[in-house]
Amino acid sequence: MTGVRIAGVGLTHFGEHPERTGRDLFAEASVAAFDDAGVDRDDVEELYYGNFMGELAEHQGHQGPLMAEAAGVRAPATRYESACASSGTAVRQAVKDVRNGEADVVLVGGAERMNNLGTAGTTEALAIAADDLFEVRAGMTFPGAYALMARAYFDEYGGSKEDLAHVAVKNHENALPNEFAQFQREITVEEALDAPTVASPLGLYDACPITDGASAAVLVSEEYAAEHDVDAPVSVTGTGQGGDRMALQGRGHLARTPAAERAAEEAYADAGVDATDVDVAEVHDCFTIAEVLALEALDFYAPGEGIGAARRGETTRDGDRPVNLSGGLKAKGHPVGATGTSQVVEMTRILRGDHPNSDAVPDADLGVTHNAGGTVASTTVHVLEVEE
Amino acid sequence: MTDADYHDEGYDDWLAAIEDGDGFYLECENGHGSLPPRRVCPDCGATDLAEVPLPDAGEVATFTEIAVAPPSFEDETPYVTAVVDFGPVRLTGQVRNADGTELVGDDVDVGMTVAPAVGETQTTGERVLVFEPR
Repeated sequence: MTGVRIAGVGLTHFGEHPERTGRDLFAEASVAAFDDAGVDRDDVEELYYGNFMGELAEHQGHQGPLMAEAAGVRAPATRYESACASSGTAVRQAVKDVRNGEADVVLVGGAERMNNLGTAGTTEALAIAADDLFEVRAGMTFPGAYALMARAYFDEYGGSKEDLAHVAVKNHENALPNEFAQFQREITVEEALDAPTVASPLGLYDACPITDGASAAVLVSEEYAAEHDVDAPVSVTGTGQGGDRMALQGRGHLARTPAAERAAEEAYADAGVDATDVDVAEVHDCFTIAEVLALEALDFYAPGEGIGAARRGETTRDGDRPVNLSGGLKAKGHPVGATGTSQVVEMTRILRGDHPNSDAVPDADLGVTHNAGGTVASTTVHVLEVEE
Repeated sequence: MTDADYHDEGYDDWLAAIEDGDGFYLECENGHGSLPPRRVCPDCGATDLAEVPLPDAGEVATFTEIAVAPPSFEDETPYVTAVVDFGPVRLTGQVRNADGTELVGDDVDVGMTVAPAVGETQTTGERVLVFEPR
């Protein structure tokens, strides 16, 4: 089994770009990734590409070959769809291919165009990640689903809307210097608490925005990096994926995320590390409560203890273990199919030291990324480490 | 997208049974509950599933008052969606007063007892699972 190096990473700006096609967004991210990697496009042996709602937003299926063409690679290309975890699962496949010697160079990434559908259209499109018969037909929305989890959490463990507001404030603050982020502006706890309700107990500032954007990364084998003198100081050393019942009502627990717990256990074991080794994390905060659930699933906190982490300053940039230094989905934005790979992109730069927030964690050499699909019926976790 | 103008065998029949007061769930020989259409127990893989009467009432496990809805529910906001625990199965539906009077999130609590029924959405007239406070 060979080691997997991250040779190059790229993003588009995450934001409102309703006029831009998915193919154009992915092309831009891929150009940035190849420029960063210094790897020849002709060496790419596979493209794994994440996208969730292309049929609804762009009337476009079969996006694998479309995106290979956009990126200028002649490799076979496959689209991965796992709702908001789409490109997390694509990264996992890329890691497996390189490790197993199936490919020396893989292009991985994702893209999503959403704003052209408007808020109501996007709300309806995102709902297809839930169970159509047993959830969507009852009027459950995506914010509604996370609101159900937030209420269950408060009921079981305690916590308040103010605790959640601190998560939003932290992530907005982290996004300030991130030129790729949708919201480069600070908010206050009071503003968050005064915002209109979307689905009680969650308000507008508990929710990630609707985002257009793309991400890409070039993964190479250790041998390829050595032979081609590719500067790739960060490795993917662990990969894990967990699944669960599709509908929230079928889960063993409404206030925990067992799929993410399984993904984290597998990824940690794969890398030979545990939660105490993690210096920094990028987690799937599509809603503020989702960050809390992620912290607990990653075993940073016992169930019921993660809710106060941001308020106590433990996950802020000055805290013991900063979380979502990119701004997270909350402030950086959440172009659904691009998010999983974008977390790997941000973490690679944080660990390499060329992220605007790298100075918050100058000694960090191990980071994790946590990417959740649906109401956490799918989760991938990846461990990234700086090689000596 | 939520309007299905086709019949979903299993699901639509199950909803009709609730409407007729004959609600049921599926149970395997190991006592795991599930919902139709279902051929295999998702917990243990058993393939012998029997229809068992759904309890007359359940307890609200969690709920939310939804203010921002998709187009197919735009005329109902705000509305209350809940996950209700019926023992071996949980169900998701809208909490509504049986007499048709308005109900909001402040009227609902975790642990509240509700009974399953079938109503219509105000926006599209689609059948929807509802829970009526007892």
